[in-house]
Amino acid sequence: MSPLLNLDQATLRFGGLTAVNAVDLSLPVGQLHGIIGPNGAGKTTLFNLITGVYAPSSGSLNFDGKNLAGLRPDQITALGIARTFQNIRLFPQLSVFDNVRVACNLHRATSPLHTLIRGAGFRADEEATAARVDELLALFNLERFRDKPATALPYGEQRRLEIVRALATRPRLLLLDEPAAGMNPSEKVELVRLIKEVHRRFELTILLVEHSMRVVMTLCERITVLDYGVKIAEGAPGEIQKDRKVIEAYLGEDHTNNSAHH
Amino acid sequence: MTPRRSGPPWPHLLLGGALLAAFLLTRWVTDPYANDVLTTIGINVILAVSLNLVNGYTGQFSLGHAGFMSVGAYLSATITLLLGPSILGEDGGAPWAQNALFCGGLLVGGLSAAAAGLLVGIPSLRLRGDYLAIVTLGFGEIIRVIFQNIEPLGGALGLNGIPNYTTVGWTFAIAALTVFVVVCLINSTYGRGFIATHDDEIAAEAMGLNTTRYKVVAFVVSAFFAGLAGGLYGHFKMSITAAGFDFTRSIEIVVMVILGGMGNTLGVILAAILLTLLPEVLRPIAEFRMILYALLLIVLMLLRPQGLFNFRRRPR
Repeated sequence: MSPLLNLDQATLRFGGLTAVNAVDLSLPVGQLHGIIGPNGAGKTTLFNLITGVYAPSSGSLNFDGKNLAGLRPDQITALGIARTFQNIRLFPQLSVFDNVRVACNLHRATSPLHTLIRGAGFRADEEATAARVDELLALFNLERFRDKPATALPYGEQRRLEIVRALATRPRLLLLDEPAAGMNPSEKVELVRLIKEVHRRFELTILLVEHSMRVVMTLCERITVLDYGVKIAEGAPGEIQKDRKVIEAYLGEDHTNNSAHH
Repeated sequence: MTPRRSGPPWPHLLLGGALLAAFLLTRWVTDPYANDVLTTIGINVILAVSLNLVNGYTGQFSLGHAGFMSVGAYLSATITLLLGPSILGEDGGAPWAQNALFCGGLLVGGLSAAAAGLLVGIPSLRLRGDYLAIVTLGFGEIIRVIFQNIEPLGGALGLNGIPNYTTVGWTFAIAALTVFVVVCLINSTYGRGFIATHDDEIAAEAMGLNTTRYKVVAFVVSAFFAGLAGGLYGHFKMSITAAGFDFTRSIEIVVMVILGGMGNTLGVILAAILLTLLPEVLRPIAEFRMILYALLLIVLMLLRPQGLFNFRRRPR
């Protein structure tokens, strides 16, 4: 079966700096794939490359057989790639409900002109959208915050809301950028459960950037390690934990011998 | 901040009510001074509410609203001046014929302004913040200079002898329509995209919104209503000069939007009314009134930077 997402020598240069250097990545449908690496390794930049925030300097990116190069971020989302952000990016002027509702625009059945006519078709469309939003909010236990401003939510709930908002675009591939950042251990346990649930219920392929090793190792079937924009390893969690290059990248060469048995 | 409410439940009913009120107002208001003030209020409401779609909801900073207004004013006046005599005949024609001609003129003015909005918007809306402000400012000035130098449109002397077709009723009806369109647009799944574009463009794009399209739509709709306001203004003052649509006119409208609270239609309407009435109320103190007006603006901005009528909490 052909991969859902395929990166072939994907490269991004900013002037003299190569932020993503000839990265190959192949994501089969349904895989839960982790990307790890030290700070500044190019993990988020890789996400920005896939979602069209940056266009690749060279190499190719394919999603479901379609070339992503040159597409705008909204066009890429329309193809079925949704994401969350490392630094939460909710819409502060909008309520929790509206934050999710605005992400339903890709699947609106009526045109902007209908907002003025407000006929039966428009009302039915709006009601269907509202029902879908409420269903999603209920599924993630966010309905009690429905009409609250999104940024007034507790931190962990804001992270959850970002995932819900991404799901409202009806993606096939979900990119999660450090979903566990800033969470305490019990919140992390809850997050792992949530991601597994989302993965199963929405039949998603998930690509996940994460610093928390416990989260990555328990969640991901396969892990890619980046360092200085280069892919230095890929494999199952067990293999990655023993990989010499990975340990060097994280702890420095001197520690290699001491940490190998961890 | 408290989030935005979902808007009035029956917008068409409200629009109908407002149109009826506008019609009745034309019958009631006979005093010329009251007529002048009310018409000016109506025109300012149209200008401020339409600009609020761009500067308030969508979060772009346009300084060219007077430019779009002048496009509407000149084009609609040209229609009524040029076609008037041949359509209406020597005696000036029946009132319904005059109104039909006026309506056509306004529509042409509005559509031309919208076209100008599209022309300016598509290349310049890729710019952000200050840069967009400068481009729109430049557009306003270019339009002014162009009109000043077109001899058939009166050059620097402007267009004179424009028929006095604008009534309080017309003005309020179009003001009601402007409010209706903006409120209906914003209060929909589609329209929440304007606010999302304002809040976080990168996140909005990641949610599948074409933010450039949103900005252009806001710009074009806003320009259309500015064009209508310009048409009303021309047929109200009966003479227009390009100099009357300069940079300070744009600033006046921006001030109404800021004072009303960016992205708050009701507040912006109230601010437009207040800022039209204020110079009138201050008329007795003659030469000090503009100083006092300016001072009041400074004080208001110091005390309520989120907008005079914005009761949502201040953004951080």
